[in-house]
Amino acid sequence: MKWSEAHLTDVLVIGAGLAGERVAIEAASRGHTVTILSLVPPRRSHSTAAQGGMQASLGNVAMGYGDNPDIHFEDTVKGSDWGCDQEVARLFVELAPVAVRQMAQWGVPWSRVVPGKRTLPDGVEVEELPEKAGLIAQRQFGGTAKWRTCFASDGTGHVLQYAMDSVVVKLGITVHDRSEAIALIHDGKECYGAVVVSLRTGELRPYLAKATVIATGGYGRMYGVSTNAVINEGTGMAIALDTGVVPLGNMEAVQFHPTGIVPAGILVTEGCRGDGGYLLDKNLHRFMPDYEPVKKEVASRDVVSRWMVHHMRKGFGVDSPYGPHLWLDLRHLGEAHICTNLREVYTICANFLGINCVHELIPVRPTQHYSMGGVRTNIHGEVVGLSRLYAAGEAACWDLHGFNRLGGNSLAETIVAGMVVGERVAEFVKEAPLTFPFSLVEDHLAAQAARIEALRRRASGSEDVYVLRKKMEETLLEHVGIFRTGEGLQQAVATLQELYQRSQDLRLRSSGLGPNPELFAALRLPGMLRLALCIAQGALLRTESRGSHYREDYPQRDDVNWLKRTLATWPPGASMPVIDYEPVKITELPPGDRGYGTMPIK
Amino acid sequence: MAERLLTFSIFRYNPATPEIAPRMQEFQLDETPNMTLFIALNRLREEQDPSLMFDFVCRAAVCGSCGMLINGRPGLACKTLTQDLPDRITLMPLPVFKLVGDLSVDTGVWFRQLNENLEAWIHTDKEFDPKSPEERMDNALAQEIYEAERCIECGSCIAACATANMRADFVGAAGLNRIARFLIDPRDERSPQQVFEVVGTDEGVFGCIGLMACDDICPMEIPLQQQLALVRRKMAWAGLKGK
Ligand SMILES: Cc1cc2nc3c(=O)[nH]c(=O)nc-3n(C[C@H](O)[C@H](O)[C@H](O)COP(=O)(O)OP(=O)(O)OC[C@H]3O[C@@H](n4cnc5c(N)ncnc54)[C@H](O)[C@@H]3O)c2cc1C
Ligand code: SF4
Ligand code: FES
Repeated sequence: MKWSEAHLTDVLVIGAGLAGERVAIEAASRGHTVTILSLVPPRRSHSTAAQGGMQASLGNVAMGYGDNPDIHFEDTVKGSDWGCDQEVARLFVELAPVAVRQMAQWGVPWSRVVPGKRTLPDGVEVEELPEKAGLIAQRQFGGTAKWRTCFASDGTGHVLQYAMDSVVVKLGITVHDRSEAIALIHDGKECYGAVVVSLRTGELRPYLAKATVIATGGYGRMYGVSTNAVINEGTGMAIALDTGVVPLGNMEAVQFHPTGIVPAGILVTEGCRGDGGYLLDKNLHRFMPDYEPVKKEVASRDVVSRWMVHHMRKGFGVDSPYGPHLWLDLRHLGEAHICTNLREVYTICANFLGINCVHELIPVRPTQHYSMGGVRTNIHGEVVGLSRLYAAGEAACWDLHGFNRLGGNSLAETIVAGMVVGERVAEFVKEAPLTFPFSLVEDHLAAQAARIEALRRRASGSEDVYVLRKKMEETLLEHVGIFRTGEGLQQAVATLQELYQRSQDLRLRSSGLGPNPELFAALRLPGMLRLALCIAQGALLRTESRGSHYREDYPQRDDVNWLKRTLATWPPGASMPVIDYEPVKITELPPGDRGYGTMPIK
Repeated sequence: MAERLLTFSIFRYNPATPEIAPRMQEFQLDETPNMTLFIALNRLREEQDPSLMFDFVCRAAVCGSCGMLINGRPGLACKTLTQDLPDRITLMPLPVFKLVGDLSVDTGVWFRQLNENLEAWIHTDKEFDPKSPEERMDNALAQEIYEAERCIECGSCIAACATANMRADFVGAAGLNRIARFLIDPRDERSPQQVFEVVGTDEGVFGCIGLMACDDICPMEIPLQQQLALVRRKMAWAGLKGK
């Protein structure tokens, strides 16, 4: 390796979504040099696809009057099924309004309060008061006592990401897009940066930093059908796990969103139901009030998804060549509303289903959507097990969401965590020296170079990366989905173990030269399978039901034995993760009834 | 729908193997219902040629990654249904942008440069006060800004533009739309004069020769012609004249 090729920076942020960019801005505006890495140009990060909104207890709209951080806190903890860290949740709810307002100053065109009376779809009449005119408006999302979700028409994630990136451009922060971190450089105690492969050329380069931040988003694409962007493959979590010393928290906590369209899996926002849309079955019966008389369609996502699958299992699904589904009905919301506040939905239906949702029903079913689990950090975003390493956003288990995330809490988390973690990172690098153990860098680089060389040589191996990957996707979907059983999970673990062995024996069909997609897929697959095993094994061992983790053989929440967080680590050379636990911090709200989602499901 | 056998003619070039000249390569694929170019290209990669390079991220027409020339016309591949195309489909990378390989081009670096040149961020002297409530804004204005902010930087309008194809420094429809977005935003304290110092040149507003190919190409249906008119009008008000 030529040392002249090493890239040096104070702070290395892996990931240019909302979380990564917010960390970068905080560190850069405090005077440090920052480099951001991303698989794609920042504005194409997955954050951009969020449609619905961002929670902050501003209480500006009639249905949100009286809202405050305490109520937001309570909703978040209940939503998490008491799985979240309550200190983190408290910090978060206090800062979310600040984050929303700062984004307004940076240019986000939030939708604003328009005074006057209006009638909601369920007949309730509300009046927006003149003194609130022009303040940031909120809409309803699931699992919340108040309307709290700030939004910008139908494209909240897009405008947030564009405003955030405009500040990155303004500050002149270095961004290297089409760059993928494939290993962390570390000595088991401290992290010194990452080995990075260029997705433009296929070449390797070490990035060395005083502090490294993982902000790589979720792993949705490990499930065959997901609302996530195709780049969401969990590689950031995988390289943290590969260190052997960093635990991943609660990987079995996987969220399914009630309304992915069938078959494409593209999301139509929770705003559809928040704004008054209904779920119908094959008899066009609105079934959610039968199960959830109070919250109906706007119970938390885990609960609605479960009832939907349950209802389909009872034979009320609509048959289709792609399996059964249900209907989402927006027709009664009217063209004006659908074509402004839900325009994205309108367009998705037109483009990908060829239907007009002003007049027609939308085929939907629960679809993999979000990873509550991730790289375990403390409240400051410092990664457990390795110093000089931080994590934020969906890739992290900061633990705001426990076993179920509320809609609108993730965008808010990315920005709030970005502020908090960025500040900590800036504090740290102020004092830290920029020194690196030479041989350590060389060793890490050589190990990755050898992997690539072996794949390009095609001297041995027999397994096809796409075949193994498809099998992994199917296995997770079938056995590690919404309804789980000991037997199914056991089978999943066995299959994934076999796939993991086989993934050590990949053979490329193409040359692997240049920006070769097959080579990149082959580099990712073993790490993805390790993550898959953490998810499946964690789910197998957790013999209770909590939030999104529902065990048909253990259908009750069990606070006596399971009020704890799963921690998965992967010792070097092991074939399975080591699973450990830590208690969940309860500081304010002791475990109780969520007020929705009675279990067991009958 | 009768099953069709589709023939794809796809541009191939890998910069890592310059000894192999750029060429068109043919593939055949059976069409399935509601098949998009996202589905088709991934199947080609997985089943026929794993070295095939192309870019998709959201696959839902919101991220702007997948612009390419589809039978000669710039568009988003992920939302293009094969049923709307003839049996023979020719795919080429977008012109203007630097080629990464096959159908993949570097739009990201181009747009970052554009945003740097236009200083496309809110210019303000106001300190952010975390304790005070937000400044008010009329919802109609918020909507108007949002409309302009909807550009996903897909590059289709740039690829379709005669001027942008001739001069590397022309800001194009996407750039003009971006200028319009900041001009109407009261939070940006720049005067129109300050803005036009950046864009009142041939590279900026006056490069446009009015062919307006951009207007019906934009997948977000941003009224680009209208936005251009707005920029020119504001410029006239600012007392500036074209060269
Ligand atoms: C369709 C959809 C709609 C949603 N809507 C909402 C909503 O309305 N409200 C809400 O609160 N939440 C919503 N969410 C969730 C929310 O959008 C995400 O959780 C959040 O945006 C994640 O942000 P992030 O910054 O953590 O990661 P991302 O935005 O996913 O960014 C990850 C970044 O990491 C980079 N990266 C990844 N791996 C590597 C690597 N190995 N090397 C280098 N770079 C890497 C990527 O290029 C990218 O820049 C939605 C999610 C989906 C799927
Ligand atoms: S203006 Fe339209 S066509 Fe041009 S880059 Fe933006 S979204 Fe694409
Ligand atoms: S993949 Fe995002 S626009 Fe096509």
